[in-house]
Amino acid sequence: MNFRIKKMDSKQFLLLITIGLFIVMYLAGMVVFQDKNFGKLQVFLNLFISNAGLIVAATGMTMVIITGGIDISVGSVIAMTCMLLAWMMEIKGMGAVPALAIVLAVGLVYGLVQGWLIAYLKIQPFIVTLAGLFFARGMTAVISTDMISIKNGLFLKWANAKIYFPFGGAMNRKGVMVYPYLYPSVLLALLTLVLFFVVLKYTKFGRSVYAVGGNEQSALMMGVNIRRTKLKVYAINGVLGTFAGFLFSLNTCAGFVEQAKGFEMEAIASSVIGGALLTGGVGNVFGSLLGVLIKGTIETFITFQGTLSSWWTKITIAVLLAFFIILQSVLASRKVKVG
Amino acid sequence: MKSFKRLVALLAVIMLVISLAACGNGTKSTVGQDTGGSKESGGEASGTTDGADAAGDGLVVVGFSQVGAESDWRTANTESMKATFVEGNGYQLIFDDAQQKQENQIKAVRNFIQQDVDYIVIAPVTETGWDTVLQEAKEAGIPVIIVDRMIDVSDDSLFTAWVGSNFLQEGYNAVEWLADYLESKGRADEQINIVTLQGTIGSSAQIGRTDGFAEKMAAYPNWTMLEKQTGEFTQSRGQEVMESFLKSYDDIDVVIAENDNMAFGAIDAIKAAGKTCGPDGDIIIVSFDAVAAAFDAMIAGDMNVSIECNPLHGPRVAEIIQKLEAGETVDKLQYVDEGVFPAETAAEIKPTRAY
Repeated sequence: MNFRIKKMDSKQFLLLITIGLFIVMYLAGMVVFQDKNFGKLQVFLNLFISNAGLIVAATGMTMVIITGGIDISVGSVIAMTCMLLAWMMEIKGMGAVPALAIVLAVGLVYGLVQGWLIAYLKIQPFIVTLAGLFFARGMTAVISTDMISIKNGLFLKWANAKIYFPFGGAMNRKGVMVYPYLYPSVLLALLTLVLFFVVLKYTKFGRSVYAVGGNEQSALMMGVNIRRTKLKVYAINGVLGTFAGFLFSLNTCAGFVEQAKGFEMEAIASSVIGGALLTGGVGNVFGSLLGVLIKGTIETFITFQGTLSSWWTKITIAVLLAFFIILQSVLASRKVKVG
Repeated sequence: MKSFKRLVALLAVIMLVISLAACGNGTKSTVGQDTGGSKESGGEASGTTDGADAAGDGLVVVGFSQVGAESDWRTANTESMKATFVEGNGYQLIFDDAQQKQENQIKAVRNFIQQDVDYIVIAPVTETGWDTVLQEAKEAGIPVIIVDRMIDVSDDSLFTAWVGSNFLQEGYNAVEWLADYLESKGRADEQINIVTLQGTIGSSAQIGRTDGFAEKMAAYPNWTMLEKQTGEFTQSRGQEVMESFLKSYDDIDVVIAENDNMAFGAIDAIKAAGKTCGPDGDIIIVSFDAVAAAFDAMIAGDMNVSIECNPLHGPRVAEIIQKLEAGETVDKLQYVDEGVFPAETAAEIKPTRAY
C-alpha cells in the first residue's frame, strides 16, 4: 500500500480519499437506515435531482479555483437568473427559449466584466466577485421583490419531464408502483461535467488553466496568455452560473430574492472536498461532483434520521472541510520536502 | 495518461458497485415492502391507507418540513407539531428544518417520499414552486397537508388540505378592536391618524392583514392612513421605518405593526423620539401575532393590543389525519381559532399561553 501511494501523486490520493469517503458514507447509510429505504435507487438519484444546479456551479467553481481564483457571486447570479427567467416569462410574456438564451447571455456578460476586472485590472477575484455578489442580489430585488411563480407551459414541461427507468420499480406502502426516475436537468448537469472534464484534460485551453494556477511565472514563460485565459475562465463561469441557475429554477419553478443564498459557499466546499486547492493548479471536476454527492448524502442522513437539526449538515461539512484542508497541507508539505 | 485511464477505470468500477449495491438493496427492500404490502392489502381493499396500520403494528408516519426557527412563533409551531405527533398518540414524526430555503424543503419532501411516509406536512417557505415535487408525492399516493402559508399551485389536487390563520380576519379584528377602544376612550369622532408597518411584501400575512384592515377601515371616514411601509417583519427594520414616520408626521395616533417584532422596534423608536405609547401614552400600538414577548410589552404598558396568530397547528393537522385515516373527506381550507388580546387582560392571560 505504501509504495502505491508514493507512486500515485497527492492529487490522486486526495481524490481517492474523497471517493472512498463517499462510498463508506453511502454504504453506512444503507446499513443504518435499512428499514427506511435508504438503499433505494431513487434515493441515490435524488442526490442528483436535488443538486443538478450545484453540480454545474461546482464544475465552474473548480475551474476558477484551478486558476487560483474564486467566484463568490454564483449564488446571487443564480437568484438573479431564476428571477429573470420568472420575470421574463410571467410578467413580460416571453417564451421559454428566448428567456433562456437571454439569461445565458447575461451570464456571459457578467462573467466577462468580472473576468476583465480580475485579469486585466488585476483586482483580487474575491473583491470583484464580492461586488458581483451584491450587485446580482440587488438586481434580483430591483427586478421584483415579489415571489414570481413560473407557469410557462414549455418551461413546466421541461421541469416536469420525468425520465423513468424501465426497471427497479418498487411498490410503496400505499400500494403504488413507483419506478425510479430522473429529470432532464440531471442529464444536462452531468453532460456539462463530462464536457468540462474533457476540456480541462485534453485541450490547450484546459492545460493553460492548470498552468496559470500552478505558477503564473512559468506559465508566462511557456507562452500561455495568462490574462486571456483568466478572462475566458471567468466568462465561461458566468455562463455556467446562469446555466446552474436555469437548472436550479427547473427544480424550484420560482423567482425569489432570497433564493440560493450561500450557494456559492456550497460550490466552494464541494470543490475543496473534491480535491481542489485554493492556491490553484490542482483540481478535478469529478472530484467536485463527489463533493456535491457527499453534501447531498449528509443532508439525506439528516432527513432520514428525522430528529436532528438540519444544521448538522453544515457542521459535518465544516468538519470534512477542515479534514481535507489539513490533509492537503500535509500532502503539500511532504511534496516540498521530497521534491 | 496511464494514471488517468486507471482513474477512469476505478471510477467506473466504483460507480458500478454503488449502483449495484443500490439496486441490490433496493430489490431487497422491495421484497420487504411487498410482504408488508400484501399483509396490509389482506386487511383492506381500497387504495387509501388502512385503519389497520394505525391500530396494528405500525405508527402513522408523518414527515414535517418546517421553514426554520426564525421566530418565537415558528418555534411554537414546531413544538406544537412535535408534541402532537408523538408515539403515544400513534405517530412517528420525521422533522426537517429547511433553514428558510425552498430548495431544502423540496429535498426533504423527496426524501419523505422515499421513506414511504404516510403523510407529508409542509410549512412552506415560499408560496410558489411546488408543482413538481408535489406531483411526485401525488404519484406516490401520499397526501400532503399544508400549514401556515398557502401555496400557489396550478392544480389544487396536489394538496389535500391547508391549515392556517385567517389573516384577513385578523385585519378585521384589528379594526374592530380599535373602533371599540376609541369609543371607550371617547375619541370615536376624533380625527385619527394611522401609520402601518407592513410585513414582508407579498407574504400571506402582510396581504391579509393590510387588506383586511383597509377593507373595514373604510367604514370610519375619520380615520386616515398616513402611510404604509414595510418593516419586513423584523424589529430593526420596524424601528427604522418608525423613526422615519416620526420625522415625517408629528400627529400619529395609531401604529399598526403587522407583527410583534416590528411593534417592539416601533416602541423603541417612539421612546427614543421622546414620545410615549401604550394604554397611557400618546400613540396606540396595535400589533399582530401575540407572542410571549408581546404580552410582556403589554404588561409593561407599551403596547395596547396584539391580535393572535395561532401557531398551534398540531392538533388541527392530527384531526385531519385521523379523518383521512378513517376514510372521511376533509375541508380543503381550515382556519385555526384566534383571539384578540388587549393589554388589560395581558397579565392574567400570559401564564396560560403555550408560546
